[in-house]
Amino acid sequence: MKILVCISSVPDTTTKIAFVSENREFSKQGVQFIINPYDEWYALVRALELKEAKGSGQVTLFHVGLAENEAIIRKGLAIGADDAVRVDADPGDAYFVAQQIAAYAAGKGYDLILVGKETIDYNSSMVGGMVAELMNLPYVSMASKLDVAGAEITAECDIDGGTAVVTCAAPAVISCQKGMAEARIPNMRGIMAARTKPLETVQVLDNSTLTKVENYRLNEGRQAVKMIDAGSMDELVRLLHEEAKVI
Amino acid sequence: MSVIVYTEATKGKIRKNSLEAVTYAAAIAAKVGGEVVAVIDAAVDATLHADLGKAGAQKLLTVNHASLSAGDARAWAAVMEQVAQAHGAKVVVFSHDLGGKDIAPRVAVRLKAGIVAGAVDFPTIEGGKFEVRKTAFSGKATAVYSINSDVKVITLLPNSIPVGSSGAAVSGSAFDAKLDGVSSGVTIKERKTRQSTTVPLPEAELVVSAGRGLKAPENWGIVEDLATALGATTACSRPVADMHWRPHHEHVGQTGVAIRPNLYIAIGISGAIQHLAGVNGSKTIVVINNDKEAPFFKAADYGVVGDAFEILPKLTESVKKFKASQN
Repeated sequence: MKILVCISSVPDTTTKIAFVSENREFSKQGVQFIINPYDEWYALVRALELKEAKGSGQVTLFHVGLAENEAIIRKGLAIGADDAVRVDADPGDAYFVAQQIAAYAAGKGYDLILVGKETIDYNSSMVGGMVAELMNLPYVSMASKLDVAGAEITAECDIDGGTAVVTCAAPAVISCQKGMAEARIPNMRGIMAARTKPLETVQVLDNSTLTKVENYRLNEGRQAVKMIDAGSMDELVRLLHEEAKVI
Repeated sequence: MSVIVYTEATKGKIRKNSLEAVTYAAAIAAKVGGEVVAVIDAAVDATLHADLGKAGAQKLLTVNHASLSAGDARAWAAVMEQVAQAHGAKVVVFSHDLGGKDIAPRVAVRLKAGIVAGAVDFPTIEGGKFEVRKTAFSGKATAVYSINSDVKVITLLPNSIPVGSSGAAVSGSAFDAKLDGVSSGVTIKERKTRQSTTVPLPEAELVVSAGRGLKAPENWGIVEDLATALGATTACSRPVADMHWRPHHEHVGQTGVAIRPNLYIAIGISGAIQHLAGVNGSKTIVVINNDKEAPFFKAADYGVVGDAFEILPKLTESVKKFKASQN
């Protein structure tokens, strides 16, 4: 079984955010970058579990990003991926990334292409659906369980007001979320092994971006909190009605 | 020329998310010109069509196919592509909900259209400029996007704009979609829907959420009482879901459900940044915590320091009194 796990580089949630060049660019200075949690905790770990259960297979990481992102790719290898591919480019937008994945994966015989349900920086949830459409493959959005038996894929995914058990034939694209696996911490042997695992760099495969961030602005925090005495719940209700106008 | 919008109905009503998307499409059409064309499953009760007109739809296309009623996202994408072509769509609008997240990226690929997913307010359209804002970096920033393609796709984050109500009546006309051989290849084997009388979390306007401060799952009665009095949906923090005190679908935060209700009441939740990332889009936040140093107070509009077990019953009583006075 061959599985392609697509990983993004995102700023850690706790990172302080700043913009430069008249707010046109996100400042990478001092920012701790991590593998997008949905890609790492769920997509990658579930891919490894499926390979382990079968006793054979290959888990390949796929990343669109500059050389500075190799640290996070090595982390993915330390967790257990067999090898990795990096498209040497700034990721641009979701469409750009989806094109790289589709162009690279075409004809390589992957049974599964896994993505996280969204990235934690832009929360778009678009790449998986785009890859599926570009490659004309089945797509399961928001899967919380994933199993493979022969060429049949079974997943559980979110639907309106609940979940559904769905099936499709491999190859398929799956977007992964909580429930699918538990995060793994790389051990020393994994970290050592990761240093020598293959990490191939490829040039941009298909080049167009259809959107661009013109500028950013920091969102203002809320005004100072208004403290209400624990004995004055009538007052809180009055404020919610008259001042906040939410009830 | 037109602005087209994908809509859904659920539980005998047009989905609120869809009405927001129609309102959004109408605002765009008012700027760029052209008709607001809503698309809906022909299986939806026609008496509901009026609500789409009220929200701003000027034309309503009904599409009849078993795979559409079954929710096949590729079939829906094909329909939206065909409608976009037949009606010269400039912009295609979806809600950024489950349906939108599944269908919109496919439509963007089919139309080779630039997409902004999760817009939080109306676009700025001036001259050749078309800019869309969305939230980025866990709510810490707003990013302003330009879309460079001729046709544009936008998914609108639920609860970002009020639903319009000044539109005229609209009646559906059948759209003949070509769907032979179009299928996502995904088969639904079993649906496990939850029996619930409250609004699902992603669409809820009022949310009452509790965390470890409640001490044990059997103490949730006072949280549910408050939610019932308000007509709110209940939610919880991650540790509470991980300990199985509450079901996982109630978990709000970065790895759970991201919500932006009008009112979010957080009880016994300290306010870790990962939790805030999923709720800081809420319009008004009330934090109730016995620790006055809880970081959540810094992100709140109203705070109450004290014992939840004493405060909640009182707050529920006050809400009931208020509700009674409103009738």
